[in-house]
Amino acid sequence: MTEKTIELTDLRRLWDTYSEKRIGVIGLVIMLVFIVMAVFAPYIAPHDPYELYNPMEPPGPDHLLGTNDIGQDILSELIYGARVSLFIAFFVSIVSGLIGTILGLLSGYYEHVGFFIMRIVDAFLAIPRLPLIILIAAFMRPSIWNLVIIFTILGWPITTRIIRSEVLSLRTRNYVEAARMLGAPDSYIMIKHILPNVFPLLVVRLVVEASHVILAESSLSFLGLGDPTAKSWGMILHYAFMYPTIYISDVWKWWMLPPGLCIVLTILSLMFIGYALEELVNPRLRGMTQV
Amino acid sequence: MIEVEVEVRDLKKYYTSGVLKKRYIKAVDGVSFSIKRGETLGLVGESGCGKSTLGKLLLRLIDPTSGEIFFDGINLLRLNRKELRKIRPRMQMIFQDPYASLNPRMKIGECIAEPLKLQTDLTKREIRERVMELIETVGLNTEHVNRYPFQLSGGQNQRVVLARVIALNPEFIVADEPTSALDVSVQAQILNLMKEMKEKFTLTVLFISHDLEVVRHMSDRILVMKAGKICGEEPVKS
Amino acid sequence: MTLLKLKRLRTCFPTRDGLVKAVNTVDLEIGANEILGLIGETGCGKSILGMSIMRLLQPSTRIEGEIIYKGQDLLKLSEAEMRKIRGKEIAMILQNPATALNPVLTVGDQIAEAIWLHQTMTKREAREKAIEVLRSVKIPSPEKMANECPHKFSGGMKERAMIAIGLACNPALIIADEPTRGLDASTKEQIIKLMKEVTEEKSMLFITHDLDAAAEICDTVAVMYAGELVECAKTGDLFGKPLHPYTMGLLDSLPCRGLKPIRGMSPSLIDYPSGCRFHPRCDYASAICEKKHPEMVKVEDRHYVRCFMYL
Ligand SMILES: Nc1ncnc2c1ncn2[C@@H]1O[C@H](COP(=O)(O)OP(=O)(O)O)[C@@H](O)[C@H]1O
Ligand SMILES: Nc1ncnc2c1ncn2[C@@H]1O[C@H](COP(=O)(O)OP(=O)(O)O)[C@@H](O)[C@H]1O
Ligand SMILES: [Mg+2]
Ligand SMILES: [Mg+2]
Repeated sequence: MTEKTIELTDLRRLWDTYSEKRIGVIGLVIMLVFIVMAVFAPYIAPHDPYELYNPMEPPGPDHLLGTNDIGQDILSELIYGARVSLFIAFFVSIVSGLIGTILGLLSGYYEHVGFFIMRIVDAFLAIPRLPLIILIAAFMRPSIWNLVIIFTILGWPITTRIIRSEVLSLRTRNYVEAARMLGAPDSYIMIKHILPNVFPLLVVRLVVEASHVILAESSLSFLGLGDPTAKSWGMILHYAFMYPTIYISDVWKWWMLPPGLCIVLTILSLMFIGYALEELVNPRLRGMTQV
Repeated sequence: MIEVEVEVRDLKKYYTSGVLKKRYIKAVDGVSFSIKRGETLGLVGESGCGKSTLGKLLLRLIDPTSGEIFFDGINLLRLNRKELRKIRPRMQMIFQDPYASLNPRMKIGECIAEPLKLQTDLTKREIRERVMELIETVGLNTEHVNRYPFQLSGGQNQRVVLARVIALNPEFIVADEPTSALDVSVQAQILNLMKEMKEKFTLTVLFISHDLEVVRHMSDRILVMKAGKICGEEPVKS
Repeated sequence: MTLLKLKRLRTCFPTRDGLVKAVNTVDLEIGANEILGLIGETGCGKSILGMSIMRLLQPSTRIEGEIIYKGQDLLKLSEAEMRKIRGKEIAMILQNPATALNPVLTVGDQIAEAIWLHQTMTKREAREKAIEVLRSVKIPSPEKMANECPHKFSGGMKERAMIAIGLACNPALIIADEPTRGLDASTKEQIIKLMKEVTEEKSMLFITHDLDAAAEICDTVAVMYAGELVECAKTGDLFGKPLHPYTMGLLDSLPCRGLKPIRGMSPSLIDYPSGCRFHPRCDYASAICEKKHPEMVKVEDRHYVRCFMYL
């Protein structure tokens, strides 16, 4: 009973501290809107995004954002696009976060293992990110899963490095030494004493990584290297951009602006969340030892 | 029964720094002494003279450059990982900063239960009872069980550390400046508690401090350390 | 001659758990050239008292009462006027040198910055002045050390650098917050000697929980408990014949006096015990202590105490 209530008040306190940063709350609200959009797309979208209506209709009561060059409802495309963009972003950040955490833990805790892993990380980090993505994407068949693999391969080394440096400092904390003095096995120490204390940092990292992935995915799709069957916001932009008279007429206002705004807003909201989390994570940890 | 609990011979720990031109920091530089069973040995010296390093070497929290360490007749440096893990609960350490010695994300109750969970086969209920018992032994309140370390004062946290340390009935304790982060009035409470514990559980203690007055109060014998070496004994005032 | 006078100073923080009354009606006077020690356990409000004088607390903090410095009430000044006081008239040496120094700026730059803020001079002059100040706090080869970042400094040296920043503009009053915390015996000795030297012609509020240090350097000592002062006297009197049971308890818990602790723990600053705030821990407590809050009374010349035993 009492234990539960304490957990709840802890969460409450965490939220109170987080919500002190208004920017974080704004970010969270925007993100929630997009997530709802993605999850409930079939119920929210007025039309099936693949169905063809009259092409190039301007916004009207039937098609709030008009239709594109082959007659698909742009608003519905946008709503379904949230699914693709957010799925790739979250999937990649979680998978690369997982790999990075495991390797970061091991390489921070065991010096010799760490040496090898860090050399590999260095090699990966030396690769320029965007050119490589373009190169690989151009040679592989464009599909969501290929994108996921590419972004994961590029994401884990950074996470590994961040987690490792934190583990290196946590490893020498007195409470870790105290656990060693109790005869605790390494795996126990890593899971029970080190992991929970790198977790806040990891969350921040996941959020940042997600925003990177969204940007990279949009750039790739915009260049036409995305998955044509799963239309993300970048893909919508790509097709809009290909339309010959896009700049001459007013069409860009409802065909290019909305997906562009969606991308910018998602990235901004993730950055806001990351920023607020970082504020939350750091002083709290410091405050704990001070009080 | 062996009379000498802990013995070190010509113990050295050098840290290297610099990549091209290697420089050595001789943190501990050829130290030999022994501690009798049930004795409290005081160790004083200025900060940076190698006291903490020596304390951690004794418990093999760090590995020495050279030398020998015997604990209850066992050569600690000959043990492999597994054997070492087995012997560890018999030796414990108390650190200077009470906030840093406890995992900030574990409740006080979990902190004290941890040694019991790791090293005994007690049931959940037995562990709970033992935790309550320990909490009262060190003068804390049972209501503290569900608090986090940052919700307690430094003195209270150091009591939690003590409860954890005595949970497994250890034989040897290294106390590394256990009260230098505390206020004088709290320091007196903790030191008296430590003395009480020592009598109750017949502990062998290495008591490290930079405050000679405090060491005098706690120890049977006092060694003075300077720049990594033992440079003499200090009399314990009557 | 009084330099600084606190009249019924109260500093509170509204928090989710309630109002933290960190400083609760403190009256205090610091004379010219006087070194006043403020001692008490961790968390009793010493640092907050110092920060209140400097008005360095977050905006939500409530500060009431009067802080009269050289005849003007600091609490009535605008922020711009207050900035002219900080550093130049009153300087504060913050509690933790490890975090108070900027890790990426050289020590010389940090001192020069403090000088620039109040005096118009060229970069070069400020630098030379900074080196001079570093020399005055006895940092060896100050020309070289001025170009180093703080992490190259040992604990004692960092504390010296902090003192140097405090001294940079030659203030009339220095508030030093636990300058000897975390230093070992011999370094502590040196820092105290240095502080004695540099405050020869200044006033200082010396905040500490280290009784030995207070005894060595202060002219007058005030004892703080749970946000209020409980005793204030000349150093010799306070350590020689303490009157308040809390002061006696503090002294008895010193290692050289037998390590006899005060029982119990300091109270929370949100809700104090009724009556005398010390009564639950006091060996001399009687019925009245629980009911009435004692006022500060003058027992002898310049020896004040807040206890019913002396009423
Ligand atoms: N991990 C380390 N790497 C390099 N030098 C170290 C390390 N740990 C301690 N030292 C150095 O060893 C010396 C002794 O340190 P320590 O044992 O902590 O002293 P004490 O506890 O007496 O203050 C110091 O000069 C310190 O800088
Ligand atoms: N911003 C704040 N909000 C709420 N409480 C605070 C704040 N700052 C300090 N306190 C509380 O005020 C009390 C006095 O703190 P402080 O003056 O730093 O004590 P000390 O005497 O150790 O210097 C402490 O109990 C602390 O928890
Ligand atoms: Mg040490
Ligand atoms: Mg303070």
